[in-house]
Amino acid sequence: MGMVLSNDRLTDGVYHLKVETNSGGKMGQFYMLRAWGAYPILSRPLSIHEVNEDSVEFLYHVVGEGTEIFSRLTPGDSVELEGPFGTGFPQVEGKVSLIGGGIGIAPLYYCAKQLPGCDIFLGFSREAYRTEAFRPLAAELTVDVGGFILDRVDFSQYDHVFVCGPHPMLKAAQLKGIAAEEAGSKTKVYLSLENRMACGIGACLVCSVSCRDGQRKACADGPVFLSEEVIFHD
Amino acid sequence: MTKMSTTIAGVHFKNPIVMASGTFGFGREYGKLYDMSMLGGISGKGLTLHPKAGNPGTRVYETASGMLNSVGLENPGVAAFLEKECPYWETLDTARLVNLGGGTLEDYVLGAEMIQRDADLRSSLGKTAVDMIELNISCPNVKEGGIAFGIKTSEARKVVQAVRRATKLPLAVKLSPGAENIVEMAQMCEEEGADAVSLINTISGMKIDVRRRSSVFNNLYAGLSGPAIKPVALRMVHQVAQNISIPVIGMGGITTATDIIEFIMAGASVIQVGTYNFMNLRAGSQLVEELGQFMVQENIQSLDEIRGII
Repeated sequence: MGMVLSNDRLTDGVYHLKVETNSGGKMGQFYMLRAWGAYPILSRPLSIHEVNEDSVEFLYHVVGEGTEIFSRLTPGDSVELEGPFGTGFPQVEGKVSLIGGGIGIAPLYYCAKQLPGCDIFLGFSREAYRTEAFRPLAAELTVDVGGFILDRVDFSQYDHVFVCGPHPMLKAAQLKGIAAEEAGSKTKVYLSLENRMACGIGACLVCSVSCRDGQRKACADGPVFLSEEVIFHD
Repeated sequence: MTKMSTTIAGVHFKNPIVMASGTFGFGREYGKLYDMSMLGGISGKGLTLHPKAGNPGTRVYETASGMLNSVGLENPGVAAFLEKECPYWETLDTARLVNLGGGTLEDYVLGAEMIQRDADLRSSLGKTAVDMIELNISCPNVKEGGIAFGIKTSEARKVVQAVRRATKLPLAVKLSPGAENIVEMAQMCEEEGADAVSLINTISGMKIDVRRRSSVFNNLYAGLSGPAIKPVALRMVHQVAQNISIPVIGMGGITTATDIIEFIMAGASVIQVGTYNFMNLRAGSQLVEELGQFMVQENIQSLDEIRGII
């Protein structure tokens, strides 16, 4: 159980939630949250946006009943949160770029704090948010609204590329990584997948991801996967 | 001191709370959150003879007070279970049910034989990993043109008969609420030597995405579970318990101690908790405590006092 410290609306349907807890977490991990009783049935997985000594922050987009309930939380309200869960982004050396699409920027803020000097690329379909928070953490910050943020990144310039965003963007990033590799680059691309989950701890197999070595779990084996491991079916 | 324990076919359940197949993995993940020895038992992820990748596309969708799932029996197969999970199961101080599914009669039999051989080997070393087989007859029967074994009693009989011959382990048969006649189905299981029946499995349901104009599931239909199905499950457990002599393992939408008491009053010997594990990752430990408190409050000395009183 955690207490809501703040829950600020950033733009249409996007909120920044801060919950009191000392459970911490690593970059790319997530928590399972619920702020209701029996219904909706499932808790909601939210990526860690920021970790403080006595709180964890999340960014979320209102897409359904659960996140709609989250949007009505006010300071002092209680939320049940379990975590942190999952295998996050690796702590790496070298030149790193962080690429986020829409609410996919959520886990990248904490990454940026762990990886000083990275280049950050943030893409939005309609309206940008949280970009000024990212600015002091970036060697170079590129923001795009309405375009295709991946077009702005040359993967071959980086040792590591971390990507989080909608599935078509992740698939496109995978192809871009393959193209960079075929051109002689040794860039390692990591994707954070946001699949539907039921338990969040690896027991239910709802969030399975097809990988080169078989079925893996987005919640426990991921949500971060090395791009070349993932098989996209659509 | 309240008495929660019971015994089914020689298998001791220290309390009636068993974690249901498909919601609990093989117990490892929840085992990091609380002590598995608190539980009456666990039923492992449904196994098939060979590994299965499960269904593509959306695998879960919430409904009013329930949940549809279309995981499609993703599992590592019997051999991998015996090799990789049973060493862990050997360490567990709780009743361990292996849930066995299948696509064909042959697969069921071969799976049961492998589990029996493994049990014999472990027994010769003084060890036990599996206490009971829970036979899941709700899977599509490929050879019968897609008719589920779990619907027609005559088809189900072939599987129960064959598996009963293939193993000496205590055998529970998990029944589908889609059975043409749930009571006949349960009676058949008793006739064929099953030691218990467990019911109900999920109810076939559907969700349509009206904007995409298609079912949200690649397989069109999915299995409904959760509190939404509790009244149906309770009715079926009651009907079956009235008409057979072997124990009933009841399940369907249990989320509270009073839900458990309802199932016991309807005639269940033990119960299983499924979807609630997703609503509360510590469901097992919490329900054990709540049930004890409820029994004290209601002055119930033993669950035997209230079992089947309705």
